[in-house]
Amino acid sequence: MKNDRCCILKGARVIDPVSGTDDVRDVCWKNGILAEPGSISEQDADVLNLQGYVVCPGFIDMHVHLRQPGRTDAETIRTGTMAAAAGGFTSIVAMPNTNPPADNAGAIQYLKDYAAREGVVHVLPCGALSKGLEGKEMAPVGSLKAAGVAALSDDGKCIQNHELMRHLVEYASQFQLPVLDHCEDSVLASGGVMHEGYWSVLLGMKGMASAAEEIIVARNIILARMANWKVHMQHLSCRESVELVRAARKKGIPVSAEATPHHIALTDVEIKRFDTNYKMNPPLRSEEDRLAVIEGLRDGTITVIATDHAPHTATAKLVEFDDAPFGIIGLETAVPVTLTELYHKGILSLPELVSKFTKGPADVLGLPLGTLTPGRPADITVLDPDTEHVIDKNNFYSKSRNTPFDGYHAKGRTAATFVDGKCVFSILPENTAN
Amino acid sequence: MDFTWTKKDLLSLYDLSREEILCILNTAEEFKKVSQRNLKKVPALRGRTIVNLFVEPSTRTRVSFELAEQRLSADIINMNAETSSFRKGETLLDTLRNIQALQADIVVIRHSAPGAPNFLSRELNVGVVNAGDGAHSHPTQALLDIFTIREKKGRVSGLNVAIVGDILHSRVARSNMWGLLKLGANVTIAGPATLVPREFEGIGVRVCRDLKEALRDADVINLLRIQHERQRAGFFPSTGEYAKVFGINSETMKYVKPDALIMHPGPVNRGVELDSAIADGPQSVILEQVTNGLAVRMAVLFLVAGCLK
Repeated sequence: MKNDRCCILKGARVIDPVSGTDDVRDVCWKNGILAEPGSISEQDADVLNLQGYVVCPGFIDMHVHLRQPGRTDAETIRTGTMAAAAGGFTSIVAMPNTNPPADNAGAIQYLKDYAAREGVVHVLPCGALSKGLEGKEMAPVGSLKAAGVAALSDDGKCIQNHELMRHLVEYASQFQLPVLDHCEDSVLASGGVMHEGYWSVLLGMKGMASAAEEIIVARNIILARMANWKVHMQHLSCRESVELVRAARKKGIPVSAEATPHHIALTDVEIKRFDTNYKMNPPLRSEEDRLAVIEGLRDGTITVIATDHAPHTATAKLVEFDDAPFGIIGLETAVPVTLTELYHKGILSLPELVSKFTKGPADVLGLPLGTLTPGRPADITVLDPDTEHVIDKNNFYSKSRNTPFDGYHAKGRTAATFVDGKCVFSILPENTAN
Repeated sequence: MDFTWTKKDLLSLYDLSREEILCILNTAEEFKKVSQRNLKKVPALRGRTIVNLFVEPSTRTRVSFELAEQRLSADIINMNAETSSFRKGETLLDTLRNIQALQADIVVIRHSAPGAPNFLSRELNVGVVNAGDGAHSHPTQALLDIFTIREKKGRVSGLNVAIVGDILHSRVARSNMWGLLKLGANVTIAGPATLVPREFEGIGVRVCRDLKEALRDADVINLLRIQHERQRAGFFPSTGEYAKVFGINSETMKYVKPDALIMHPGPVNRGVELDSAIADGPQSVILEQVTNGLAVRMAVLFLVAGCLK
């Protein structure tokens, strides 16, 4: 490429859910800022012919574990953001359950500084809700806001004390910080390693009852109504949870929800091979639950797709199922898996799917991201929506390989990713550039 | 018989065909004859090395396996959680890789984690015999139960078998269900609703909430040990209440057919799930189960060893 300063993408189908755009037109930028089509002359710019491709606003993953500091053997800010770029994500929200946890302004500053130096996509810090993620005392929400967090969450844990959670939702509203919750009653889910249901009973595994999620979803809806403030349900996995959120949104209560690609594509039947790459929390649930999550995406109850990218080393995962840590990586598989499962199966149109990665998360976070509006940073995701390929974990940029999607037959993938106008990932053929 | 055994592992009866189960039972019949001779030892596994890795405590299963191995003339190494390297933080897989490096042939494993033997069989070339993995599977126990039923009743197909007790946490119950269903028995499960999940209906088992009804037409009654920790975890109010409502005693025996077999995998909580008089009575085959366990384990080890390189 001649330079990063001026670029024109030509001939692609352009989708921007914020403006409702879905047609073939040019997208261009100058100095990393999106410009009006036609405002830049082709002589001064890199021109890419992207016929057959889809140009979208940069994708946002609201749910990523970067593992730095604490578990840099599994992932670092560098490798995690490279994986994000390869997956088509230009912004990722970094969960605070690092070691030590991001429950103070210093930790947020560390993340921001490091991401500015080493990161290849935008890293939006998420601060802890409670000190040490212990669910006992409030984290310094005001200081976290001043340090630049985009949201608050005790992800991985769930505050069990309803009064503390009530106060946190109220207090967060004052700082305009959305509360993201991993919905789980810890007593009901205690000791569980998979979904409680037919397969846990057959396999003799300790199950995690759907009720553990549903009860907290109901609690959060009530607290969101009381405070009239945003509570976002992370990785919804159960039918009843989807129904609760649907009813609450109908009433105008400010709640939202995300679904992960694995809860869209997989169910608990996979556990019968005792492969720990299918162990995550919330667990893969029944087919009925999977279909309910998909219906929630279809009817707009669930507005966000997020990966819950959770890297673990091969050593950590190569153990007995009971002893393996929860979590799988997702940044590099989310786009192919959801294109295959939702778009090519006719459940979502391409603009609807793109919205779950752009407008959906941007609305929850209250940030002006996820749009191709001129004047905004040139964060762009280019999709190659129809190419069939087989996912190979050995090609990942992530430091970890804990994925259930190795060998998955996908249709569609990310072709290129631009952050602030700079190409951070591309598998576009050479001849796309003039 | 034309059938040839081809598996290097015995992980679960879920994985076995009807023919494979019958193959083990028929082989066990031959080994039972060996155990009735004066000279009880055969050279079938001479030169083979078997490691008994008991990561979870066990007495009767471990002793039964050890004796079976001795009678087959195998060399034996015993490891348990206390003496093994787990205490030093070595992973299960690394421990087993070391054992494999010593050219062991078969690992008999007891573990608290469901699927641990499946995990090892995938990662290792040695034969893996499951001696009980959490609540998942205990194939040799179910095989010896089924062997005993077949020996006493002359058949398995068409029999009504009631399994009573803590089904939820029982690997014995699960393995029995798979094996019995594959051989054509009718299986009923009963006990406290908190411990008898309806999900088993999905595999063709009858879930019965009324103990008397479960007992009435049973040809075989297999009782499971009730563990005190389940009471503490709030699954039922007390062992006293359990004995009264779900135990087999002179009162509930009124509903049992006079020729029904009373079975128990042991150890028995006398006076809780089973009254002493009945455990020691004419319908009980509890000690014969133990005897048959030896023959069944000899058969399993013999067959598995025959499939190793």
